[in-house]
Amino acid sequence: MQALFGQLLVGLINGSFYALLSLGLAIIFGLLNIVNFSHGALYMTGAFVAWFGLERLGIGYWGALLLSPIAVGLLGVVIERTMLRRLYQLDNLYGLLLTFGLTLIIEGIFHHQYGNSGNSYPVPEALQGGANLGFMFLPRYRAWVVVVSVAVCFASWFVIERTKLGSYLRAGTENPRLLQAFGVNVPLMFTLTFGFGVALAGFAGVMAAPIYQVSPSMGSGLIIVVFAVVVIGGMGSILGSILTGLGLGLVEGLTKYLYPPAASTVVFIIMALVLLVRPAGLFGREK
Amino acid sequence: MERNDMNRTSRWVVIVALAAWAAPGVAADAVSDGVVKIGVLTDMTGFYSDLAGPGSVLAVKMAVDDFGGKVLGKPVEVVSADHQNKADIASNTARKWFDENQVDIAVDMVNSGTALAVMPVAAEKKRITLLSGPATTAITGEKCTAYNIHYTYNNWALANGTGREVVKQGGDSWFFITADYVFGKSLEEDTAAVVKAAGGKVLGAVRHPQSSADFSSYLLQAQASGAKVVGMANAGADTINTIKQAKEFGVTPKQTLAGLLVFISDVNSLGLESSKGMFLTTAFYWDYDDQTRAWSKRFQDHPDNKKKAKPTMVQAGLYSAVTHYLKAVQAAGTDAADPVIARMKATPVNDFFSRGGVIGPDGLHRHDMFLAQVKTPAESKAPWDYYKIMKKIPAAEAFPSVEAQKCPLVAKK
Repeated sequence: MQALFGQLLVGLINGSFYALLSLGLAIIFGLLNIVNFSHGALYMTGAFVAWFGLERLGIGYWGALLLSPIAVGLLGVVIERTMLRRLYQLDNLYGLLLTFGLTLIIEGIFHHQYGNSGNSYPVPEALQGGANLGFMFLPRYRAWVVVVSVAVCFASWFVIERTKLGSYLRAGTENPRLLQAFGVNVPLMFTLTFGFGVALAGFAGVMAAPIYQVSPSMGSGLIIVVFAVVVIGGMGSILGSILTGLGLGLVEGLTKYLYPPAASTVVFIIMALVLLVRPAGLFGREK
Repeated sequence: MERNDMNRTSRWVVIVALAAWAAPGVAADAVSDGVVKIGVLTDMTGFYSDLAGPGSVLAVKMAVDDFGGKVLGKPVEVVSADHQNKADIASNTARKWFDENQVDIAVDMVNSGTALAVMPVAAEKKRITLLSGPATTAITGEKCTAYNIHYTYNNWALANGTGREVVKQGGDSWFFITADYVFGKSLEEDTAAVVKAAGGKVLGAVRHPQSSADFSSYLLQAQASGAKVVGMANAGADTINTIKQAKEFGVTPKQTLAGLLVFISDVNSLGLESSKGMFLTTAFYWDYDDQTRAWSKRFQDHPDNKKKAKPTMVQAGLYSAVTHYLKAVQAAGTDAADPVIARMKATPVNDFFSRGGVIGPDGLHRHDMFLAQVKTPAESKAPWDYYKIMKKIPAAEAFPSVEAQKCPLVAKK
């Protein structure tokens, strides 16, 4: 029973990464109707910006927590302005293909530059060590990850669902032309939304850097699971992606305890089942 | 194979050169196509590119340059290709090399799958394969070929060295974190057998899917088992993440990690703070003696070594293997596969990498291995000062015997 409790907690930690990443994807899909395949590569870029900042510029973890999302967000703005913008009129398959291509290019550049073993990023001093909870040893950094991720997720949800700014965003998805007629700068709003969505990926990258090796392939494994999370939660549903992310982390943790070899497939089994029963996802609406 | 056109003058040069070597009974066409071509088939950008990859190509080039760039008066050329860890790409490249590009010998082939795909192609066309990177024991076991040499290490040597020696040092209860595929399972089984034979106990194991980023669940189970030693029967990024997170969850230093397939490039990317105290078996360590230091320094300072990394055992082994090959070509007076491989198997290797190593009839190069423990940051005095060599494991103990390998070629005799 104690072991089970530990596994569930560990699952929750992973779930908070899923939530953070799928939230960004859901925001981008919900408002821009773009399936952003480069999300994993941008998450990796975020981790590398943190590492680069520490190695070359002497900027520590706390600085990186601010710097990385801004850097990745700006990169996102450039991508949106120069490339994605041209695809809004087309089927969203084109956006997927474009961002998939970008993923290959970005990962290729990092592979070429940094090899494959990756680099180590230390846990910040203030968050080293951990506490013995009786049933498990909880590293302080992991606890921090859960708290911060959940806070960021719900803050994003609040902004989008409960504020005036959010209401513009939501209106933009429903009818961009009408919103523009009311004097709202819709193209700018789309640019900033994409920037914010990928900034979340960069933020997750910094959070992940001290846990995993900062390596060019760190995003490619994760992105597939995160897509499954978005599909299960319901494409474009903000709250759905947060709750599903956390929930699937728990399910995965449970699987790792009960039958480890299935740990990497359980998410996809659930996805298949959900698609059979509720094709729009758990929290999605039929269009 | 057709000989290419050579004008009279160069033919004379060859004959004079050969006469100077005083090699008995050698004709001018001793070297097929007038060139000895070495093809380095390796992983240039993927999982194994840091432990083999461009460093393997460099090691081969150094071996050729140090040999004078020529053998039997003919130039030695090095070509390379990226097998991308795909067996079909590896075997197609090898086929093209042998059929169209006059490649005489294919080397490295890190990743057992690619090695096992190329070996039969080479054997069919009577070309030599010289393997440094792959690990599976099947290469010189049930899948052995007459034209292959497995040079640097194999799973058995790594499992056996670490398993037995760690038990001897007091680590007598083990828990395994194992990658859930053939490689991981066989590594776990091999090691578990050794641990039990040495008087240790195996308390349990957990099998994880390959390329799992998060190992905390498995580490919690290892922690709960109370085993003194956590054996990592996985490789590459999986091992690196296991080590890193073991530190985070306080598994180390209470429990000791035993790496069953760890390279110095892994330790370098992890840093000593995460990997200190870990036991591992290696075929080569740059700081072992004056010879290894001298060669490794040349490797590290070479202009082609962009990352300025010290050589891994795969790269050092490849240099030694290619040098051994070139010496055999020279001694045999031809680059034809049969006499050369016979010569390679008949001559013990003596250089900075292998001290009196012998290549058996199964193609396995049996040489001394080393048990190492990763230093703490305080013990490490310089960059790349990572290992304490705890013990030299003599060749006879380090590798499986010819009988144990069950290579069908040998059994027939």
